[in-house]
Amino acid sequence: MIWETVRLAIQAIFRNTLRSILTVLGIVIGVAAVIAMVTVGQGSSNQVTADVEKLGTNVLMVMPGAGRMGPGNNSVSAALEMKDVEALINQLSSVRTAAPYNQTSLNAVYGTEDTRTSLAGTDARYLDVVDWPIVMGRGFLPAEESSGRAVCIIGETVRQELFGNTDPIGETVRLKNVSCDVIGLLEAKGASSFGTDQDDIVLIPIKAFQRRVTGSADVSMIYVAAANNVSTDRALVEIETLMRERRRIGAGEEDDFNVRDMKQLASMLTGITDVLTGLLSAVAAVSLLVGGIGIMNIMLVSVTERTREIGIRLAVGATGNQVLLQFLVEAVVLSIIGGVVGIILGLSLAAIASNIMVIPFSPDPMIVAIAFLFSAAVGVIFGYFPARRAARLDPIEALRHQ
Amino acid sequence: MPHRAADTTPVIELRNVTKVYGHGEAEVRAMDGVDITIESGEFVAIMGPSGSGKSTAMNMIGCLDSPTSGEYLFNGVQVAKLSQDQRALLRRNYLGFVFQGFNLLARTTALENVELPMIYKGMPATERREKAREALAKVGLSGREHHDPSELSGGQQQRAAIARALAGNPQVILADEPTGNLDTKLSVEIMELLKDLNERDHITIVMVTHEEDMAAYAHRVIWMVDGKVERTGTPEEVFSHGRQSA
Ligand SMILES: Nc1ncnc2c1ncn2[C@@H]1O[C@H](COP(=O)(O)OP(=O)(O)O)[C@@H](O)[C@H]1O
Ligand SMILES: [Mg+2]
Repeated sequence: MIWETVRLAIQAIFRNTLRSILTVLGIVIGVAAVIAMVTVGQGSSNQVTADVEKLGTNVLMVMPGAGRMGPGNNSVSAALEMKDVEALINQLSSVRTAAPYNQTSLNAVYGTEDTRTSLAGTDARYLDVVDWPIVMGRGFLPAEESSGRAVCIIGETVRQELFGNTDPIGETVRLKNVSCDVIGLLEAKGASSFGTDQDDIVLIPIKAFQRRVTGSADVSMIYVAAANNVSTDRALVEIETLMRERRRIGAGEEDDFNVRDMKQLASMLTGITDVLTGLLSAVAAVSLLVGGIGIMNIMLVSVTERTREIGIRLAVGATGNQVLLQFLVEAVVLSIIGGVVGIILGLSLAAIASNIMVIPFSPDPMIVAIAFLFSAAVGVIFGYFPARRAARLDPIEALRHQ
Repeated sequence: MPHRAADTTPVIELRNVTKVYGHGEAEVRAMDGVDITIESGEFVAIMGPSGSGKSTAMNMIGCLDSPTSGEYLFNGVQVAKLSQDQRALLRRNYLGFVFQGFNLLARTTALENVELPMIYKGMPATERREKAREALAKVGLSGREHHDPSELSGGQQQRAAIARALAGNPQVILADEPTGNLDTKLSVEIMELLKDLNERDHITIVMVTHEEDMAAYAHRVIWMVDGKVERTGTPEEVFSHGRQSA
């Protein structure tokens, strides 16, 4: 009898295809949204972890400003200097190497091509710290670094924008009012954990950056690589002690700089992605609920529309419970169809998005199961009330309905 | 409830049945102290002017509606004492309806429409399909099994509806103006069909009609006026009385 009812429900569903499609649409969108968001969120979380591991967990960053990392803090406390970089390298055994890093964004122009990009002033040690190979041309020469010559190493995205697939080495690029010769091309890295394109970058010697872009000798950030056999925690403590000394911070006073290692950054980033995933999932859950209410509405309308049909069924001997069961099964079948289509759609969307964002595609069977059960539950709950209304109709009232 | 009751027990017995719609000023006594007794195997026509309570009486007999007062016994059983589900079972197992407006399910083939009562009886699909085909053949609709109501003429739709009523293997067929929407030729076909079912299959038939020609097929005519049974008798008796008084 239950199979019979399911078969009848499927028949009824296909008898009115448009109405069924409209009913299912809400659930499909809701389930697809939840699954896509959670899967992409999971993927970017995993990506952050993977990125950080790739970056080397022995990388630390020193920035001016107290407390939390972020823009705006630099202005209140003294900037860093090149001397800090040398001091870190020379005075601390826990530091393998370090590099200054100043960054701004501007337009890079080549011939008629023009692209907005990040310009970073640094030196050869930076590529060592972050382990970033040059695939074409060469790195900065010591002479270029000390003279502050305008030479630059470009990322793959900048190359594509300005030169296409041609060889950029030896060409001259204009960066605001600086003309600079391209000497190297960095290996393509793809999107970072923040979703920004890491290859959209131009590196020039820090001296050239200080002299010709900012006009000051400040260093805004220092990248530090801890020595191989040293834990980042120890390196962090040593760096803090040295920096306090150098910046003459008395005992009991707060740091006016901060040192972060990639582990902290990773947990912060994962925290952010988790919050984002949570928010997006909440939005998606609301759309799932709206989808459910949509189902209830359509079922109610369908009951009104089908009042005569119900009258006929009751007249030929259907009991109220049989009619109830029929509508209920119809609602459940519809929402299961919606759930399955939504799962397929959501996973496909997540796969496409993951591909575009260059993050791992990480479907979570748990979420898929929850979405599926939820859509079935929506069917039962929202199918029940209209169905009960249908089943309680007086046969003659239903039949008189025109 | 025995399917074929002993001759002594009438199939249908309305005792002083009254049905009131609305309240106060708007009160309508659609049935007003009606006594109707119908024996097993009878072919009865209910006639009367429009609004005289014929359909109300049919719905009462069909257990689709319940009386305001009075008693209704079906095969000797008090219908008022049955639960809603028991009434559904009574309709399922003993009654077949043929409505003036056909009342077939839209976008549903003739075969599926005829299968409907048997689905609720829990009959296996293959047996059901077989019986539905037989019923359609009986009403002359072989070859139209897979047509939707919209693809059938009025007469064919009414025959499909009769096939559906038959398919439940009922003791009684209740037909409310079964020929109301049909021309004379089709009406005659339908009446021949009902007569056949009555004579060959011994199905009790209760029919509402406006037309004397159709009522002439019945053994007995019940004439209603203003919610009351005014006369009852053979078609000849009732009609000749009507002509004398006119
Ligand atoms: N659901 C209802 N509500 C109010 N009045 C009704 C209802 N059904 C029937 N009536 C009234 O009851 C009377 C008898 O109706 P009905 O049995 O349909 O007559 P007939 O079938 O003989 O034309 C009419 O006056 C009709 O208006
Ligand atoms: Mg009527």
